[in-house]
Amino acid sequence: MTVAINTKKMTLVQAVTDGLRTMLEEDERVLLLGEDVGVNGGVFRATDGLCEAFGEERVIDTPLAESGIVGTSIGLAMNGFIPIVEIQFLGFIYPAFNQIMTHATRIRARTKGRFTVPMVIRAPYGAGVRAPEIHSDSAEALFTHMPGIKVVVPSNPYDAKGLLIASIEDPDPVLFLEPMKIYRAGKGEVPEGKYTVEIGKGNRLKEGEDVSIFAWGAMVKVAMDAAEKMEEKGVSCDVIDLRTLYPLDKDIIAETVQKTGRAVIVHEAPLSGGVGSDIVSLINDTSFLYMRAPIERVAGFDTPMPFFNLEDDYIPDSTRVQKAIEKAVSF
Amino acid sequence: MNTSIESQFPTYQIIDGEGNMVNDDYKSEITEELARKFYEKMIFARLFDRKGVNLQRQGRIGTYVPFEGQEAAQIGSALALEDGDWMFPTYRDHGATSAFGHSLKNIFLYWRGFIEGCVPPEGKNIFPPAVPIASQILHATGTAWADKKKGNDRVSLVYFGDGATSEGDFHEGLNFASVFNVPAIFFNQNNGFAISLPINKQMKSKTIAQKALAYDIPGVRVDGNDIFAVYFETKKAVDRARNGEGPSLIEALTWRYGAHTTTDDPTKYRDQHESHERREKYDPMTRLEKFMQKQGYWDEEWAEEVQKDASRRLDEAVEEMEKVEKSDEAVMFDYVFGTDVWPVEEQKQAFFADRSER
Repeated sequence: MTVAINTKKMTLVQAVTDGLRTMLEEDERVLLLGEDVGVNGGVFRATDGLCEAFGEERVIDTPLAESGIVGTSIGLAMNGFIPIVEIQFLGFIYPAFNQIMTHATRIRARTKGRFTVPMVIRAPYGAGVRAPEIHSDSAEALFTHMPGIKVVVPSNPYDAKGLLIASIEDPDPVLFLEPMKIYRAGKGEVPEGKYTVEIGKGNRLKEGEDVSIFAWGAMVKVAMDAAEKMEEKGVSCDVIDLRTLYPLDKDIIAETVQKTGRAVIVHEAPLSGGVGSDIVSLINDTSFLYMRAPIERVAGFDTPMPFFNLEDDYIPDSTRVQKAIEKAVSF
Repeated sequence: MNTSIESQFPTYQIIDGEGNMVNDDYKSEITEELARKFYEKMIFARLFDRKGVNLQRQGRIGTYVPFEGQEAAQIGSALALEDGDWMFPTYRDHGATSAFGHSLKNIFLYWRGFIEGCVPPEGKNIFPPAVPIASQILHATGTAWADKKKGNDRVSLVYFGDGATSEGDFHEGLNFASVFNVPAIFFNQNNGFAISLPINKQMKSKTIAQKALAYDIPGVRVDGNDIFAVYFETKKAVDRARNGEGPSLIEALTWRYGAHTTTDDPTKYRDQHESHERREKYDPMTRLEKFMQKQGYWDEEWAEEVQKDASRRLDEAVEEMEKVEKSDEAVMFDYVFGTDVWPVEEQKQAFFADRSER
C-alpha cells in the first residue's frame, strides 16, 4: 500500500468520487456502471467527471434496469472485471434482489471458488433530505441477513474513501451504503492517493465510561450530539461508529460494553429485524454478565418509511437518543 | 405480400421428419463424419437422460429433470461452440453441458445433492445450472460483454425455456446485449410447456423469435428436433458474435416427452397421447437415423458399438458418483467468502465441535 501523505478537504460524496477515481487509475479491471453515472456524473454527482476522464468503456451509462445492471455485472465480474455498480437509491435495489440473493452472493460457494464475483454495489440510502417516497429507505438488514455479502456504511469522508477502496479490493460482493443526508454535511481531511480502512472494524469516536452508543451512517452525528448533551449532565458516553454491518466488529462491541455495562443502539431502519437485534445478540453472547441495564434501541418504526413531511418524526433524533441513555443509566 | 408474423419467422428445417434433406443450404458441409458425430453425442445424451430417470426411481439420486426429446436442440447448439466459450445452462440442459465437456460424474453428483456437481472441469466455462428462471440470461450478457471489452473472440451462449421469456431478466438481458452489442447467443428451447402452462397461456406472441424485433437483433426459429438446422443456425449466430456483429436470439421448437421433473405428473395438464405421437413423427434420434440410412451413412454394427460405449461411460460415471458418499462438511463454510469472515468461521468451529462431541 502506498502511504498517502498529502490531504485535501472534501465532503463525503467527493471522497467517494476520489476513491472511485483512485481505483479507476490504479486497476484497469475496475468499471463503473449505473443509471446516469456517465455524462451526467450521477444524480448525486458521485461519479462527476469520471466518464470524461476514463471514457465510456469504463464509466458506463446503462439502461434503466436494476436487475439488468447487477446481473450483467455478475457476468463481468466472473469474467475478469471489477464492476462498481451504482444503484441510484437503495430503495430502487429491490428489482435486483434476486440477482444478489441467488447469484452474486452464492457463485463462489456454488462453484467452490471456481467462479467469483468481486463487485461493489454502491447505493445512497437513508432519510432526511425530503426526498420523494421510496427514496429514503434504510434496507441494510435485508443484506446483513444474506450470506455471502459484506455491508459497509461510512459516516465521514475519510472512511468513505478508505472503505470504498477496501470494498473494491475485496474478493467478494460488498454493499456500500452512502448516507445521503450527510453527503455534503461537512468537509473532512482525505488523503490523496490510495489507502484503505479495514472492513469489519468499528471506530471509537468518543471515549466514555457510563454507556456505549452504537450507530452508523447519518445516525453517527445524532449519536454524537446526544452524547455531548448527556456529557453536560454528567453521563460519560463511549460512542462507536460500527462502519461495517456485516461482519460486525465483535471485539469493539464486547470491549466497550464490558467497560460501560450499558448500551444504546441507534438506527434509522425499522426496529424489528434491524441490525440492532444482531448487536443485542452479540452483547448477549459476549458480555451478558457485564450488563447493568437492559439494552436500549432507538430506531425507525415497523412502518414503511413515511412521506417526508413526517420524516423528522420517524428518524431517531438527539432527544430520543438522550432519553434512551437516561433510561439505561437510571435503570 | 404475406406479412404475418409466422411468415416472417418461418421454422427453419434442413432434414424433415422422414429424414429427407429439404434444402441444399449446407449440403456440402453435411458429411458422414458430421452425421456420425451428431449421432454419437445424441444417443449418449438420450442414454444419459434415461439413466438419470432410472437412478432417481431407484433412489440413487434425488429429483431429476429429464430432457428426452430435446437432444437435437441441446447437442446441435452445444457443438456450435468452441473451447473457451461460455455456456449458461438451465437445470434441463445436461445434454448440452455434457456435450460441451462437463464432467459426467459431476453432473450426476448435482442431482445427488452435491455442490461439487456445480464445478466444471478446469478450463471449461460452464456455469452451474440456473434455478431462478431467466436469471442466467443476464450473466451471459455480462460474460459476453467482458470478452468484448477484453478484445478476444469468445462468445457466451445461454439456454432458457419458453416460460423464461415472460421474466424481466429475459428482456433486460436482450436489451443490454443489444445496446452494448455483445457476443451473446440467446438459445431458447420452446418445448411448449412451462411445467403445466402451455405456450398459448404464456404469451399471446405467435413466436418467441419475434421478440428479437423489439431489440433489433436477429431472431430465428428453427426446428429444434432437426440437429442440422439447430447446429448450422447456432453456428451462424456464433460466427456473427465472434465477428463482433452482436447478439442473436434462436427459438428451437422442441418437446419434452416426459415430466417437468421426476416429481411431476404431466398427465394432469397435458394429453400424453400427443407426446407419443410426437415421438413417432418428430423424434430427433429417429429422424437422424432415417437420414443416415437414406444417405447410406448408417451401419448397424457401428451404432451398436456407439451405444455400448455410451453405456459403458455412463456406468463408469455412475460408479464414480456413488463412490462419493458425503461432501466434507467444511464445504458449507469454506467458500462463502474468499477471506476469513468471523461469523462463518466461528459457526464452522462450533459445528465441528458439536460433531466431535456426538
